[in-house]
Amino acid sequence: MKNGLKHSWIASPVTRALGALIIIFVIGLIFNADSAFFKWGTHRDMLRAVSVYGMLACGMTMVIIAGGIDLSVGSILALTAVCFSLFTIHRGINVFIAIVLCLCIGTLCGVCSGAFIARFRIQPFIATLAMMVFARGVAKWVSGGQKISTAVQQADGSYKYVDVPEIFNIINSKILANNITVVTIIFLFCLLISWLLLVKLRYGRYIYAIGGNEEASRLSGVPVSRAKVLAYGLSGLFCAVAGICQAAQELQGDPEAGVAYELSAIAMVVIGGTSLQGGRGSIWLTLIGVLTIGYLEKILSINAVGEDKRLMLTGAIIIAAVLLQRTKK
Amino acid sequence: MLQDDKKNIQLLSMTGICKSFSGVQVLSDAQLELRSGEVHILAGENGAGKSTLIKILAGVHTEYTGTIHVDSKKVNFNSIHDAAAAGISVIHQELSLVPAMSVAENIFLGREKSRFAWLAKAEMIKKASNMLKEIGLDIDVTRELGDYPLSTQQMVEICKALAINCRIIVMDEPTSALTDVEVEKLFTIIAKLKQNGCGIIYITHKMEEIYRIADRISVLRDGKYIGTAPASELNQAKLIQWMVGRELNQQFPRHKPKDGSVALSVKDFTVADPSGKPFPVVSKVSFSVKTGEILGVAGLQGSGNSELLNGIFGTYGTKAKGKIELEGKSYNPATPSHAIANGISLLTNDRKTTGLVLGMNIVHNTTLAALKKFSPGHWLKPAKESQTAEHHKKALNLKAASLSMQVDSLSGGNQQKVAIAKWIETEPKIFFLDEPTRGVDVGAKHEIYELMNKWTSQGIAIVLITSEMPELLAMSDRIIVMHRGKITAEYASADATQEKILQAAMG
Repeated sequence: MKNGLKHSWIASPVTRALGALIIIFVIGLIFNADSAFFKWGTHRDMLRAVSVYGMLACGMTMVIIAGGIDLSVGSILALTAVCFSLFTIHRGINVFIAIVLCLCIGTLCGVCSGAFIARFRIQPFIATLAMMVFARGVAKWVSGGQKISTAVQQADGSYKYVDVPEIFNIINSKILANNITVVTIIFLFCLLISWLLLVKLRYGRYIYAIGGNEEASRLSGVPVSRAKVLAYGLSGLFCAVAGICQAAQELQGDPEAGVAYELSAIAMVVIGGTSLQGGRGSIWLTLIGVLTIGYLEKILSINAVGEDKRLMLTGAIIIAAVLLQRTKK
Repeated sequence: MLQDDKKNIQLLSMTGICKSFSGVQVLSDAQLELRSGEVHILAGENGAGKSTLIKILAGVHTEYTGTIHVDSKKVNFNSIHDAAAAGISVIHQELSLVPAMSVAENIFLGREKSRFAWLAKAEMIKKASNMLKEIGLDIDVTRELGDYPLSTQQMVEICKALAINCRIIVMDEPTSALTDVEVEKLFTIIAKLKQNGCGIIYITHKMEEIYRIADRISVLRDGKYIGTAPASELNQAKLIQWMVGRELNQQFPRHKPKDGSVALSVKDFTVADPSGKPFPVVSKVSFSVKTGEILGVAGLQGSGNSELLNGIFGTYGTKAKGKIELEGKSYNPATPSHAIANGISLLTNDRKTTGLVLGMNIVHNTTLAALKKFSPGHWLKPAKESQTAEHHKKALNLKAASLSMQVDSLSGGNQQKVAIAKWIETEPKIFFLDEPTRGVDVGAKHEIYELMNKWTSQGIAIVLITSEMPELLAMSDRIIVMHRGKITAEYASADATQEKILQAAMG
């Protein structure tokens, strides 16, 4: 009996995902250039660096548990980053209104994908691929293909530099005696919302059920369409939050931002151990996945490993982490 | 002479087989012996360990204790290939075919014939076609397997197993999706295999089948070996007692209810073909069912009886049309959730694909259809959910180590109980039961019959579909028979006989 319990503890997905993280962490302690790993600042910066990706991964987790995929997150991030910069820097719209507008834009993009998937039964891969291309197009159209920065073009064609809006500095600041960045707090907030939805609310259960067996769920009276639209809509909302943070961090809205971010977000979810087949997984697994990738990147940069090798290693780690999680049957 | 030599030689002996999964003993000291030229029934309730024993024989489970002898030689299978090489072939309950590939490709899957790395397509097509003809199936083997009905697919699966020239053949509920005609064909094939000296291990829950083809019967109960006896010496009552461990005094305990009022009345109900073909699968069907009554709907495969219930339940949305009244109030099928809200529940005929979310645990499956009750203001109440699941576990005699177990690790009968619990939670007034005892063992079947009695005594109206004729005759108060989407006969249960129903079902 004791043996059995021990076995189930080892086999639990959280333990397995943590295993990968701990291995990475130990590697970090071994290759500890300038004792960087003993300074909290290293960890704080790592958290700051993964926060935007993490927000995308939160939405991605919900979508993947519902049995779908969202390829449009990077593009929606770019679109909202551009819009936010445009509203606040160039148009001088009230910050609060600008934030609400951007959140609405992101959510609307997600809801559109979700509606096409749920109502017209377009495959999630295709529907969000279309949204990925479309949102990128809108971002370029809105921005005229230019980065929206503090250099504002005047009527006579000359450029005038304006001050960065206060909200950009607030998002970029560190709080609690410089120990954590506001972006990270926002990421944690996204995690909390995802957890509440997935575990504490009725629609979260619906999302798991749909991912596990859509037809059985429908025949059990589960509002399949509404739950799917909700998942994609929330993914879009988190993209908008990430877009606002991205704009604040770069002090500009770049229509080319967020390219291939969807792949990073999917990698984080998968490394955590959430199955791409849907129906299984959790937001805490995604947090572990986010930290695993974050620490990996940090360790490689501390040790001045070039981007070429970094990419190769990241690819290898994804495979290793997924293999580690496979339950032996 | 040769025939006699081939008979009655020990082909296989498994002794002292023990197997446990993460600390739970599934088999303890199980045994099985198979001789050439016999059909050996392996009987037992769901969860008795039959499937595990077969999986050990097939080389799926490689970690176990005990010994296996094939042809008096000790063997140790490390993979399914080892088992296949030793002449063992298993026809699984679930089809292991690829619907998108052609019939011929399926038959030669994994053993494709090739010439210098090129597939010898013509040769495979010819061989496959001949093999199928031999078992009485004349179909175009170049068409996609998915185009054919499930029963044909099952025959293809059987043919695939036979193509490997095995001497030990395991059939795990091979007839569950076959029509009567096809079952006859299968039995002819089995007779041929016996002649050729093959030994057949046959698993089924259908009593008639057991006594039609069995030479010997072995029984497992709770992972233990109970005994082996020739079929002629083990009568049905004794067999059930071996399987269940107690005596079931009545196989079908239907209590007549008192007369009720009309719960559901359906007039001119038509369901268009869900795949868009021009002929409706149900056309202008009218019937009614009273509170406390069990209405049996008989019909062969393709008769539309299952589609009738699904149509009323809203599975096909607005493709189903007709005049329906629920307790006198007009009702139009729209979606399953609409039906549930109006007091209709449907226990679907395939719990794995349409009944349960296999990856979710027992509690979450139990509350899924009535989740609003457990989440006032959208917030889930996990304690209330567990309490309810615990209540059903006791009431339905659900056997599970823990309620947080995923339902895919339960046996068929226990899975069915979870599905039933889910529907009880929706508090139905009309309960559609589509094959409620399919793949369910004798003990659990009996429990489901008693539940049906309990529900009707509470005034619930039941519409029952079952392909097991004795069950239909014994449990229904009234029977309607369908053929090609139309009702062809109606009988009070006292007037109905198997012959009459079959005749009406065949048109």
